[in-house]
Amino acid sequence: MYRRTLLGAAAALGLAGMAFAQDDPVKVGFVYVGPVGDGGWTYEHNKGRLAVEEHFGDAVETVFVESVPEGADAERVMTQMALDGADLIFTTSFGYMDATIATAEKFPDVKFEHATGFKRADNVSTYSARFYEGRAIQGHIAGKMTESNVIGYIGSYPIPEVIRGINASYLHAKAVNPDVEYRIVWVYTWFDPAQEAEAARTLIDQGADVILQHTDSTAPLAAAEEAGNVIGFGQASDMAQFSPSPRVSSIIDDWAPYYIDRVQAVIDGSWESADTWDGIGPGMVGIGEITDAVPEDVRAEALDMKERIAAGEYHPFTGPINRQDGSVWLAEGETASDEDLLGLNFYVEGIEGDIPE
Amino acid sequence: MISFERRAVPSRVMAFATPCLAVLATMLAGGLMFALLGKDPVAAIRVIFWEPLFGEFAFYYRPQLLVKAAPLVLIATGLALGFRAGIWNIGAEGQYIMGALCGAAVGLALYPAETRWIFPLMVLCGALGGFLWAMIPALLRVRFDTNEILVSLMLVYVAERLLSAMALGALRNPEGRGFPGSRNLSQWDASANPELIAGTGMHWGVVAALIAVIFAYVLLERHVLGFHIRLSGEAPKAARFAGVVPGRLVVLCLGISGALAGLAGIFEVTGPAGQITIGFNTGYGFTAIIVAFLGRLHPVGILLAGLLMALTYIGGEIAQSQLGLPGAAISMFQGMLLFFLLAVDVLTHFRLKFGRSEATPALRTEAAE
Repeated sequence: MYRRTLLGAAAALGLAGMAFAQDDPVKVGFVYVGPVGDGGWTYEHNKGRLAVEEHFGDAVETVFVESVPEGADAERVMTQMALDGADLIFTTSFGYMDATIATAEKFPDVKFEHATGFKRADNVSTYSARFYEGRAIQGHIAGKMTESNVIGYIGSYPIPEVIRGINASYLHAKAVNPDVEYRIVWVYTWFDPAQEAEAARTLIDQGADVILQHTDSTAPLAAAEEAGNVIGFGQASDMAQFSPSPRVSSIIDDWAPYYIDRVQAVIDGSWESADTWDGIGPGMVGIGEITDAVPEDVRAEALDMKERIAAGEYHPFTGPINRQDGSVWLAEGETASDEDLLGLNFYVEGIEGDIPE
Repeated sequence: MISFERRAVPSRVMAFATPCLAVLATMLAGGLMFALLGKDPVAAIRVIFWEPLFGEFAFYYRPQLLVKAAPLVLIATGLALGFRAGIWNIGAEGQYIMGALCGAAVGLALYPAETRWIFPLMVLCGALGGFLWAMIPALLRVRFDTNEILVSLMLVYVAERLLSAMALGALRNPEGRGFPGSRNLSQWDASANPELIAGTGMHWGVVAALIAVIFAYVLLERHVLGFHIRLSGEAPKAARFAGVVPGRLVVLCLGISGALAGLAGIFEVTGPAGQITIGFNTGYGFTAIIVAFLGRLHPVGILLAGLLMALTYIGGEIAQSQLGLPGAAISMFQGMLLFFLLAVDVLTHFRLKFGRSEATPALRTEAAE
């Protein structure tokens, strides 16, 4: 198999050891699934990379390759970075999981950090953010703001990550507005401005006056602006160019503190394989400025919820919560376990429609 | 004043010279672009073309060239047969997906059996999947005279949707914690398409690509069917007199190219890619169109063009990482290659005339305007 032969070749040339020449700056590689200019997911990871450069100055050198397809190409790019002497490599897409594990086996002295995955090894950590915390706040604002009581949701893929977001926002919209209804459109892409805009227009045609998106482009916000009287939220990135309306707030992925931490650990020699799932508290999930388009009292409530989530006083999935079929998921006062959340594959009670299989 | 004069016979010298000219022009224009981006153009061109072949880590990149080129060559060889006959299969990307899906589905249905027949069976089903997907535009064209360019292209998007549905549904790894994506086929011995000789990158897909090239060469040069294909493209009326049945040729060309694209898909999913994922297809089917033309629709040319294209991909990634070149600049660079090829193609069919020309009045007027 590929990895065995390469391991042999690399060992023969003593390459694995070369990566740890002492005097060089620590070299950190980033593998991106989209272009750095996508304005969303990859853009924020790249901001994290730039923050690392700024924080460490000459002590660290960063490299990146953008728009790397998942699969064989990803493994080649990671291998190339490792061969070129990277000490730490961040692989920033779920689909890089097997490639990350395979490359890590070939280079036991190089550290790997895989975003949003679940396979770890001695030199592979995983990290992700509790975006659902932000979704809860978003749902609260959406429930208060909607006049048609129809909220449109653009889903990327029906995976636990996205379903968590739908459930978290729905529960909190419903809590402040019992008449609220969800319309969900699946676009089967993370980034496709044309399709996202089309989905947004479809939802607006169905009466939605709030659009929530789990896709990375600004196209849904542009569609909301065009329609008028429709609001939305920045996704992954602040998307402040659509402030104060239609963009009334945003969920921001802030990877910078984590990236700086992990690079520091490599410099100190204290890096260990770990599984990190951080939320608003440690600053991995940020809530973008809530604009004047939102009434003062709603803003205050939203910020209060943010404080309580950050302090660990409130969990967005606190019972009683029933599944869509009416069966009990969480009893009164019970909070969801991480294990439940990671594998979440059902809608909560009140959301109509089926999760596509 | 410069004018063009159509050659009576396309120049053979130019047919060979233009790809090299196009590569040179791409290096120049690409170098200029890199310079405008504030990067050292010589270093960039060196990294793209030299580093993977002769650099420090060439022992890793050379085998990767074969891995990357194999699906391109396999697909482009099939496409070129059709293109020569004026049959335009633009949907190889879809046939590639369907090949991978059909083959993988059969394999996964038999999981976790351990018999040596599983892999060959999967390969067969992969070819069949691609073939059947290509039969849709073929039969629609033969029966209803629909345009195969549009139908085959549209079917790519249908195949992509099917791929998403399968990665999330029927073919999803039951042990994958709800995440999309199938089991890893390259990690299951019965379905794996491993490296055949350690350190060479040579897997069954590479072998198949080489066989396809030889097969296509013999077909085009020695076989009556190859003659019919060429005749249909160059002189459709003469082809009818020679007894060519156009419908049969459409079915044959689309069928062969579909089957080869399907093969590329199944070899990829059982080897380098490893699993069916939502983003499994990475554009090989479309890039193969460029490869087919870059290789002058000739099997040997396609082999070289496929390797060249693979070189720009792998070199491009190294340039991104080492020199900080943006990914879009690398895509531009690859686009320039096709652009310049088409631009200098004019030289194959036309002769440059300087000063007062004896070109036909019509052409001269056009040039004057």
